[in-house]
Amino acid sequence: MNALSRGQLGPGVLAVVLGLFLVVFLVVPVAKVIYVAFQDPNTGALTLVNFADFFKTSLFQESFINSLYVAAMSVVLSSIFALPLAYFTTRFNFGGSVIIQTLGIVPLIMPPFVGAVAMALLFGSNGSVNLLLDEWMGFTIPFMEGLNGVIFVESVHYFPFILINLSAALANIDRSMEESAQNLGSSGFRLFRRIVFPLAMPGYIAGASLVFLKVFDDLGTPLLLNINNMLAPQAYLRITSIGISDPMGYVISVILVACSLLALWTSFLAMKGKDYATVQKGGGGLSKRELRGWERVACYTVIIVILLLVLSPHIGLTLLSFGTVWSFSVLPDAFTWAHYATVFETSMQYVNNTLLYAGLAALIDVIFATAIAYIVWRTQLAWRQWLDYAAMGAVAIPGVVIGIGYLRTFYDFNVPFIDKPLATWWVIIVVALAIRRLPYALRACVAALQQVSEALEEAAENLGATKSRTVRRIVVPLMTGGILAGFITSFATASVELSATIMLVSAESDAPLAYGIYEFMQSASGRGPGAALGIIAVVIVGVATYLSHLFIERRREAHAPEIAVPAGA
Amino acid sequence: MSSTYKSKALGVAIEDITLSFGMTPVLKSVNLTIEPGEFFTFLGPSGSGKSTLLRLIAGFGPAPSSGRVLIGDRDVTHLAPWDRNVGLVFQNYALWPHMTVRKNVAFGLEEHKVPAQEIRERVDAALDLVGLLDLAQRRPSQLSGGQQQRVALARTVVVEPQVLLLDEPLSNLDANLRVQMRREIHDLQRKLGLTTIFVTHDQEEANTVSDRMAVLDDGVIQQVGSPMSLYDEPVNRFVASFLGTANLVDGRVEKTEDGTHFLANDAIRIPVAVAELQPGAHAVALFRPQSLLIREADAPAAQSSARLEGKVVHREFLGSLIRYAVAVGDHTLLVDDSHQTGRECFDMQERVSLHLDRAQVRVLPG
Ligand SMILES: Nc1ncnc2c1ncn2[C@@H]1O[C@H](COP(=O)(O)OP(=O)(O)O)[C@@H](O)[C@H]1O
Ligand SMILES: [Mg+2]
Repeated sequence: MNALSRGQLGPGVLAVVLGLFLVVFLVVPVAKVIYVAFQDPNTGALTLVNFADFFKTSLFQESFINSLYVAAMSVVLSSIFALPLAYFTTRFNFGGSVIIQTLGIVPLIMPPFVGAVAMALLFGSNGSVNLLLDEWMGFTIPFMEGLNGVIFVESVHYFPFILINLSAALANIDRSMEESAQNLGSSGFRLFRRIVFPLAMPGYIAGASLVFLKVFDDLGTPLLLNINNMLAPQAYLRITSIGISDPMGYVISVILVACSLLALWTSFLAMKGKDYATVQKGGGGLSKRELRGWERVACYTVIIVILLLVLSPHIGLTLLSFGTVWSFSVLPDAFTWAHYATVFETSMQYVNNTLLYAGLAALIDVIFATAIAYIVWRTQLAWRQWLDYAAMGAVAIPGVVIGIGYLRTFYDFNVPFIDKPLATWWVIIVVALAIRRLPYALRACVAALQQVSEALEEAAENLGATKSRTVRRIVVPLMTGGILAGFITSFATASVELSATIMLVSAESDAPLAYGIYEFMQSASGRGPGAALGIIAVVIVGVATYLSHLFIERRREAHAPEIAVPAGA
Repeated sequence: MSSTYKSKALGVAIEDITLSFGMTPVLKSVNLTIEPGEFFTFLGPSGSGKSTLLRLIAGFGPAPSSGRVLIGDRDVTHLAPWDRNVGLVFQNYALWPHMTVRKNVAFGLEEHKVPAQEIRERVDAALDLVGLLDLAQRRPSQLSGGQQQRVALARTVVVEPQVLLLDEPLSNLDANLRVQMRREIHDLQRKLGLTTIFVTHDQEEANTVSDRMAVLDDGVIQQVGSPMSLYDEPVNRFVASFLGTANLVDGRVEKTEDGTHFLANDAIRIPVAVAELQPGAHAVALFRPQSLLIREADAPAAQSSARLEGKVVHREFLGSLIRYAVAVGDHTLLVDDSHQTGRECFDMQERVSLHLDRAQVRVLPG
């Protein structure tokens, strides 16, 4: 038997190349980090002493507990934001569902730490809201005190993960599920508790564990709010202040990875065997109820309050970017274009770098993701599943860990011709972004590929097209929508990423937007330009997302009949 | 749990119901009376409003713009679904995937606050009734289509509803299972003596189970009656052609000294007994393919039969019978001839005579 028979040679070579890339830029750096964590710093022998040190140090104990606490509370608060939005928009008929769902995911397109500054100004102890509260009610609420601030900012930023997953789960409940319960005498809250909630649970857990994981790993927000007694900031501070030989940074990295894996495992268990999607042909579709007068008022009130809260970073940032002086007052004293002028004169390199890095990273992602999706789902190559596992594994690796791993692994490796360590060359930032965003692009591409019936490929091959021509002329064109969606997700999230890049930026001239904003926000006078830069980032990402959305919709309309070939064929 | 109904089975009355989805009228002045304990069927093509009418009885869908629904003497038009005690079996079964079979069946009893001990007994009895007691701990996804269907039935009858509503319950099953489940549902209904409304678009299904049925088209009830009476005495073209195959010939009625005749062009002249139609009025003659006898071209006419002459243009072998298409003038009539081993059949283009007993012809207003 020939293992590479019948058109497997091309995919085989491709698989090896992809595998090598993932090994060099994901597996090896992470393995290195884990290895160093278990190594005695003096003798180099394998040991648990670093972990013992970690758990004996009270600062680390405290950081560990704080990180867990912040992540857990962020899940709770995110749920409070997401639940009403998801439930109202999927189960009731009322105007603006689409707008609400759209506004609901806007927070994702701004790095959380950017919003943090704006939220400090709005909700801090001397912020607009507390000034008003104090004046009208005579008390203040410590929204932004210590860990509260991190929880608040993270929840506002990450709750869309719960919103998206929960909405999808709710939208997948066929109305006959509820109607059959009503028919048997169930109604109101009991019906919700016994039927709707359990059916939506897997979706909720998937979203919640993602929030937990993201918050647990986030570096930018605590740094910017000056909260250092959490795990990710500790890892960063150890590496940047003590150096890349200090074992604590590695120990913390291992703990971060372990907790991420645990959160992912939980979500995997929750989803396993529970494909509850019940909307089907012959079923009744989704049940949407009409709202009665006062219900409508109550719903809109709740929704508007939540939307105001979750959009407050954008509102605050806008005010900040146009404001002259803003402190101890509800609104800035006066408005000006000066910050934008400053940014356009001095800081356009950040914007250019971001477009370059995020664009390249997203391009790498979709090319690799399409190839991996095709190899895993449409070829019979041995070991092909491992490509999928490796690429998806990046989800569990926090940016800080990638950063530390790259520094440690590639510092000694000089790039030929430019004679500079690979770890400090700007290309490494692109690679880090590409690796970190690959899982999202991969999911989009796999979903797109599954929409393309194998019968369409077989038809092309039957008419004489070779494998590679079939892929190029049939598969890829039909996957365009999904590929583009993957590109945009990668691009949008890569352009606001901070945690890996902050460790890999070696020169100001190589820095991307997120780093630039972070630099600006360090000083009080830099806040205005920082906010202006933040707004520019939001606009770039927003416009890109909107354009691609238009494009995908247009293609979907044009291609609908072709793609509608039964997928199971 | 059997026979508890027989004494207290309730009828259903639908009085002048009109209902729209938005601006689209879907039910138009529907009137129906369903007797206590009856097995009643809504039959009609897809989109005719059967499900809408059934769901209306269960309290789902938009409120009717006029009319009322009575169960027994109780006006339920504005009652919430959970206050009606009407059992609805969904087309897709709607079993809850997160509960076991036992939990699914127990659900309704729990909602009605039945004591735990009694719930156990009644669930056992219901599962036993549909032969699924062994699978009580399974999840719906681990059951076959037929088993899911039985669970859905058990879940509905266990709460002892006053009326049982079944929305195309067999459409998701394969052909053999469909026949078997159809019998099971029929037996179950007889055993429980439960007033039952069954929705289907399949006339064979409707014929075999129903005491009476209503034929719907485009939101309007076309005719109500027993399966046989609808087949034999359809009141319009739609009912005639929806129930079985029919020859429908356009023409007019003529009265002469030798009696009343139906005339279509020159080729077809059939004696009929119709008093209600005016001579000269436009009319449609209806007769079934098996009512036509096909013979050699020179066979003489029998008494009280009309004789038509034509030519075979198409022939299909259907197993128990042979179906000919015979051109008579510019009409093409379908003729069924029962098939026996060794019997000769007519060839294409062969000239034949067709014989039609006047009692088998029905003339409808055109
Ligand atoms: N939820 C709905 N919204 C709008 N129109 C509907 C809805 N449900 C059914 N209809 C329309 O009402 C008509 C009757 O539907 P239905 O009762 O489901 O037909 P049947 O069960 O006989 O196939 C159809 O034309 C269908 O398009
Ligand atoms: Mg229907």
